[in-house]
Amino acid sequence: MTTGSIEPRAGAFKRALVLCGVAWRESRTARRRLLLYMSSISLGVAALVAIDSFSENVIQSVHEQSKALLGGDVSSSRQNARTPAIDSLRDSLSHAGFASATATNFNSMALVQRTGGTRLVQVHAVSPSYPFYGNIISAPAQAWSQLQNAHNVIVDPSLLVSLDGQIGDTVSLGSAKFVVIGTLKSVPGDVGISAAIGPRVYIPERYVDETQLVVFGSRVEYETLFKLPTKFSSDLFISRFGKRIQQGTQGGNIRGAGYNESRLANAIEELHDFLAIVGLVALLLGGIGVASGVHAFAMRKIDPVAVLRCLGATSWQVLGIYTLQAAIMGLIGAAAGVALGVGIQFMFPRVLHDFLPVDVEVHLAPSAMLLGLLIGVWVALLFAMRPLVALRRVSPLQALRREPDSAALRRARFDPLRIVLSLAIAASVLELGLSRANTVQRGIGFTLAIAGAIGILYLSASGLSWLARRSLRPSWPFPLRQGIASLYRPGNQTRAVVLALGFGVFLMGTLYQVQSNILRSLGVRMDQARANVVFFDVQDNQLPGIDSIIRASHYELIDETPIVPMRIAAINGKASKDLLAEAEKSRPSGREGRGPRQDRAENRSRGPRPWMLRREFRSTFRDSLTESEHLTSGKWFAANRNDSIGEVSLDTGIVSDMGVKLGDTITWNVQGVMVPTVVTSTRAVRWQSFSPNFFAVFDAKSLEKAPKQFAILVRAPDETAIAHLQRDVVSGYPSVSSLDLSLVQRTVTNVLGKVTMAIRFLALISLALGVPVLFSAVAATRRERLREGVLLKTLGATRHQIARIMLSEYALLGALGAMTGVLLSTLASWALMHWIFRFAFVPAFAPAAVVAGAMIGLAVAIGLITGRDVFAETPMAALRES
Amino acid sequence: MLVARDLSKEYRSGENPLTVLRDVNFTIPQGAFVAIVGPSGSGKTTLLGLLAGLDTPSRGQVLLDDADLTAMNEDQRARLRGEKVGFVFQSFQLISTLTALENVQVPLELRGDSGASARARDLLTRVGLSDRLHHFPTQLSGGEQQRVAIARAFSNSPRILFADEPTGNLDSETGARIVSLLESLNRESKTTIVLVTHDLTLAGHAQRVIRLSDGRVISDSNTERAA
Repeated sequence: MTTGSIEPRAGAFKRALVLCGVAWRESRTARRRLLLYMSSISLGVAALVAIDSFSENVIQSVHEQSKALLGGDVSSSRQNARTPAIDSLRDSLSHAGFASATATNFNSMALVQRTGGTRLVQVHAVSPSYPFYGNIISAPAQAWSQLQNAHNVIVDPSLLVSLDGQIGDTVSLGSAKFVVIGTLKSVPGDVGISAAIGPRVYIPERYVDETQLVVFGSRVEYETLFKLPTKFSSDLFISRFGKRIQQGTQGGNIRGAGYNESRLANAIEELHDFLAIVGLVALLLGGIGVASGVHAFAMRKIDPVAVLRCLGATSWQVLGIYTLQAAIMGLIGAAAGVALGVGIQFMFPRVLHDFLPVDVEVHLAPSAMLLGLLIGVWVALLFAMRPLVALRRVSPLQALRREPDSAALRRARFDPLRIVLSLAIAASVLELGLSRANTVQRGIGFTLAIAGAIGILYLSASGLSWLARRSLRPSWPFPLRQGIASLYRPGNQTRAVVLALGFGVFLMGTLYQVQSNILRSLGVRMDQARANVVFFDVQDNQLPGIDSIIRASHYELIDETPIVPMRIAAINGKASKDLLAEAEKSRPSGREGRGPRQDRAENRSRGPRPWMLRREFRSTFRDSLTESEHLTSGKWFAANRNDSIGEVSLDTGIVSDMGVKLGDTITWNVQGVMVPTVVTSTRAVRWQSFSPNFFAVFDAKSLEKAPKQFAILVRAPDETAIAHLQRDVVSGYPSVSSLDLSLVQRTVTNVLGKVTMAIRFLALISLALGVPVLFSAVAATRRERLREGVLLKTLGATRHQIARIMLSEYALLGALGAMTGVLLSTLASWALMHWIFRFAFVPAFAPAAVVAGAMIGLAVAIGLITGRDVFAETPMAALRES
Repeated sequence: MLVARDLSKEYRSGENPLTVLRDVNFTIPQGAFVAIVGPSGSGKTTLLGLLAGLDTPSRGQVLLDDADLTAMNEDQRARLRGEKVGFVFQSFQLISTLTALENVQVPLELRGDSGASARARDLLTRVGLSDRLHHFPTQLSGGEQQRVAIARAFSNSPRILFADEPTGNLDSETGARIVSLLESLNRESKTTIVLVTHDLTLAGHAQRVIRLSDGRVISDSNTERAA
């Protein structure tokens, strides 16, 4: 064989291309397996793409429908009744070419005359041109256009269902009667589920006075929509007329279409951030699956790598070949994830229909898809490279004399490149966590939680190996001993399986335990609420009459709570209008359209917030604290106070927003009477409790002579008693509203039921994710398992004995992984309940046990499936292959 | 061409070192056909690994074409192997996921040589496998696999070829053909061949036999073929 002439060497680029060819050809028999390992990240990528894409769709839909959401170009709302000043303002704006439409919104009891059913409803009394944008669609379709013609009412269909009413029925709202001419099919901006809580009714605005429902102390919102000429922007209108409108409406709100948009966008971002964290955890779990699977892949490549090294391949060429294989498969896995994510994205509108404020047009979001693809490939590559870098240190001597797999890679254990990759993984987790969390603390907290969970799982696995080695007894049956020995033998898969399985249980267990605790807490609160019906907007002069109706029924009167409406007139001697002017001056420009989220972040360190100075407070007075609050600072009211200045106790949550502290003075405008007070204490209020809670509580002397209304809490024996009591009171006192708290409980449970469905969907994804991850983890020692099993068969072991060996190993692995995951999920659930939801935590063992059992079953099933070749192969064929 | 100087190799086995090779010295000129023989456990394979730069000695030096292998790192030795060394293994060591043609191309592709495919075809034709170019190793007999391995070993026109029991997994007739092929390649291309075997009959084909026992060279003599 002649040496012959050798062709000139190719340049670096061509050599790299040739190496790509070697890599592709060499991957022939491993592609399917590598693809299975890489599919571990597909679900994580799918979750991220679906969440990001759908959020983009929703935000875009909100943007496109922002005017329809508002109903006009600009909206102004106030709680003050109409005054000549307000009318004059509207007239002058109308003459200037700005059309306006109005609505008066308040709550009331609706009584269906025919059936006697009564229910608290949201009343929207609208003027003829309301709204300017967005279609309110009714059934029948022409009903909306006929609303203004007479005493007509259009209602939410749920109202007719709950009161057994129908179109054509007469409904009483206060003293006025209306005929139901249709039902609402869609109202722009309304979340479908809100109808379950408070059904809406629309009546012509000119009949509001006839209802006699707008009286002293009623909570009414007066809304004015403005339609601007073309090319006259809402920002320009607000800058030119905003102050005048606010002054004319005595501190009402004014906002353009952008305000709603950013408010909704903020809410969507919060949900997106939460779901994105879940998607991220799924992606990281997938990365662990990739690492396990590629570790198995690397073991199989020791022989060809040794040969390549003999033939002249450098360590970097070897690494390049196998990294390229992993990268291509990672790209395919991530692309599959993107495709799946797009499919899920198109399902979201159906699943979330009741929770969305707009009709969402779903379309592809290329930026979200590309980001998901890049993140997926990056995660897959990073986790794959960590086991792959060991290959570059495989000695060519392995071609001459082959050591066991673990020894062949032993030199790689303290590899600096491996350490760098581990740090890169940690940095990537941190970066991804920070990018998905809305605060730095949450991002770091997420990363630390993940690191902590992985660390604990790793330690548990090491502990199990140690315990297995120490606890083995010769007297135990052989299959059990062999199975336990598998937990600590060289090259065991204990850590990989426990990590993969435990993480999945941790994720699912946390979801279920949090859900269970929230439902339990809300149920307990409702059960603990002694009252099951509340009457409010009860005027002073109506109290004795209603009191006697209740007592005549022999129902338990729990409480009669006085409520006094008021506003802040001054803080520490400075008038609220001066404080407001200061606050407005220090507000950055371009504020309009910024949401509360940005406002909160910016205003934390300034004086009283503007909305505190503009809002109406509904306060009460009493001598003692209730069960739902406790003092956090200061002292409760002194008995027999003689000072001319009153005392007030504030909710801890509003103290900083008010810009006050203990000892400061607040002067309150109570229907034109100035009431000075000093802040003597602060309270922590459990707002979730079903009892009347207040931002400001006064000592009795300060307000006992003030005009007031009452909220009356009653306990009736059952639903029928509640319905009769409501009907009796509303019949005699139409302006009084009432709420069936047991109905609220059922409604909340119904809403939470829908949330539960979403949580179960996420849990199913976690379970589905566990399958390829576990397959990858178990595949790591498949060859060893095959060799050992076949040898045992050669030595006389039956299939049954081999099955028991595998069963004992995987059952122990599954049990440890599941138990550790359950413990971690209990810890995480406690932390979430304590710091985020602020409910008491009770470990929910039943769902945790179900999750653990499912995962143990999965581990055993996968282990047995993977080992099926042991049963299928004859000893001769397997020995020849090995 | 190949110089072994005071070559020794020890392994750690518990607290006591295990000496596998002790003070091995010899020189092999270019174009020689040398057999290294010895019983099982004599250190033949260890010596082969050191001479080929697959392993590093505990003491001593290996010079291959004036390049000191013991002073190089692993990647430098790999490059040198790609330039100057060919291997034939007892278990053929073909990459199972590549065809015969692709296996022979690998050393050329690793060096970045153009025309790798054409040269690989030539070599496989030379060893009589022109009709098996696109077959995978599992589709070839033992003898055919070893001929592919020989073609691969010569693809980079090596200065020296190391063969570790090249006929160990073959029947005697096939083994004889393989040895004959190696001999003719040695004559034609003047490639130095170092053959490691425990088979004295096989060793008789070489021009010189170095005998090892218990890690030491106990004899180093020419055979009748050297004459």
